[in-house]
Amino acid sequence: MQTPHTDDPARVAAFEARIARGEVIEPKDWMPDRYRKQLVRMMSQHAHSEIVGMLPEGNWITRAPSLRRKMSLLAKVQDEAGHGLYIYCGTETLGVDRHELVGDLLSGKAKYSSIFNYPTLTWADVGVIGWFVDGAAIVNQTMLAKASYGPYARAMVRICKEENFHKRQGYESVATLARGTPGQRAMVQDAVNRWWWPSLMMFGPNDKDSPNSAELTRWGVKKKGNDELRQRFVNLTVPQAQAVHLTLPDPALKYNEASGNWEFGQIDWDEFWTVVKGDGPCNRERLAARRKAHEEGAWVRAAAEAHAAKQRASTVAAA
Amino acid sequence: MSQGKPPDGTPDSQWPLWEVFIQPQYGAPHEHCGSVHAVDAEQALLNARDVYARRNEGMNLWVVPSSAIVGSTPEDVGPFFDPANDKAYRHPQFYKVPRGVKVF
Repeated sequence: MQTPHTDDPARVAAFEARIARGEVIEPKDWMPDRYRKQLVRMMSQHAHSEIVGMLPEGNWITRAPSLRRKMSLLAKVQDEAGHGLYIYCGTETLGVDRHELVGDLLSGKAKYSSIFNYPTLTWADVGVIGWFVDGAAIVNQTMLAKASYGPYARAMVRICKEENFHKRQGYESVATLARGTPGQRAMVQDAVNRWWWPSLMMFGPNDKDSPNSAELTRWGVKKKGNDELRQRFVNLTVPQAQAVHLTLPDPALKYNEASGNWEFGQIDWDEFWTVVKGDGPCNRERLAARRKAHEEGAWVRAAAEAHAAKQRASTVAAA
Repeated sequence: MSQGKPPDGTPDSQWPLWEVFIQPQYGAPHEHCGSVHAVDAEQALLNARDVYARRNEGMNLWVVPSSAIVGSTPEDVGPFFDPANDKAYRHPQFYKVPRGVKVF
């Protein structure tokens, strides 16, 4: 049993009965310690991913090819900051402070989605990220919008609405490049080739190798397995690639008439674990950029605090 | 995190927590939509606008210090709402009207 002995078995049973009835758990409700811990881990990783996820695309804001693309990209990156804040706020309802969570991210203790440890080498990467990475996030988050923890589920509902814009702007950009000059076409095909496999890895290890999944599924946080979600993403994406005449870098990709699924080749899990463990192409660069931003923002936080203190003092003086 | 601690020693990215309520359209009630950290009410409103109303989601925002909210206790849901349980006479269905008469 993974439930620690500190949890009263009768309360755990009552809690699991609530989950089985499809009830939504709210912050002040009793919950097993392990449920709380798993949610803090999962939700904070998710929030960190949104925040770190601003970096690869933020890299291209100043070099967007037109004002229209620049406005879209700015708005998308700002949304990612908002998504991070929605989820941090949801995580705080479990009794942790955002300050602690941010500290764990900056110290390297906390994880975030490995996809953001890959570099954005060309402008086409920005479009492909919107199409693949946000597309994969929508598949995952649509499932999480039905999670058993209310604040998490509500954050996901908001996020899914906004991610649709992210995906559409990405796919539009990809489609534009795909019907552009031979150079643009080659550039976008190269971006597709580099982002396809890491995007499939976003759904996490195969269910049989995912220790946290079983527990999260039992408690209704996750309603579907990693493999089912990954298959759904592949099924949605293959026709989108065909529509813009781009190929996906997988010779084993083929349609199975019987199952209605696009079968795909073997994922390189060694690469996945290398990146998770901190040795991806950009892990160090991403954390260094977050630390720098946090430290360079210190004076803004101090100034806001000083201003508020001054206002309080003058209110007291006037009274 | 020792960087950037404000003079009073509170953690640098913490600040007080404010609950945010949004009125989706005129005439509708305000609904809770999340929370923000901010040094004061004015900053809380601006942060709430930037976090929860980037797409015209609302006509009006309230921010309330989280510490000011008092809620009922989930464990007491039974006894707390119990007084309403045996008062069927507060509902229109409790009352009989002569057959064939339209009340509304």
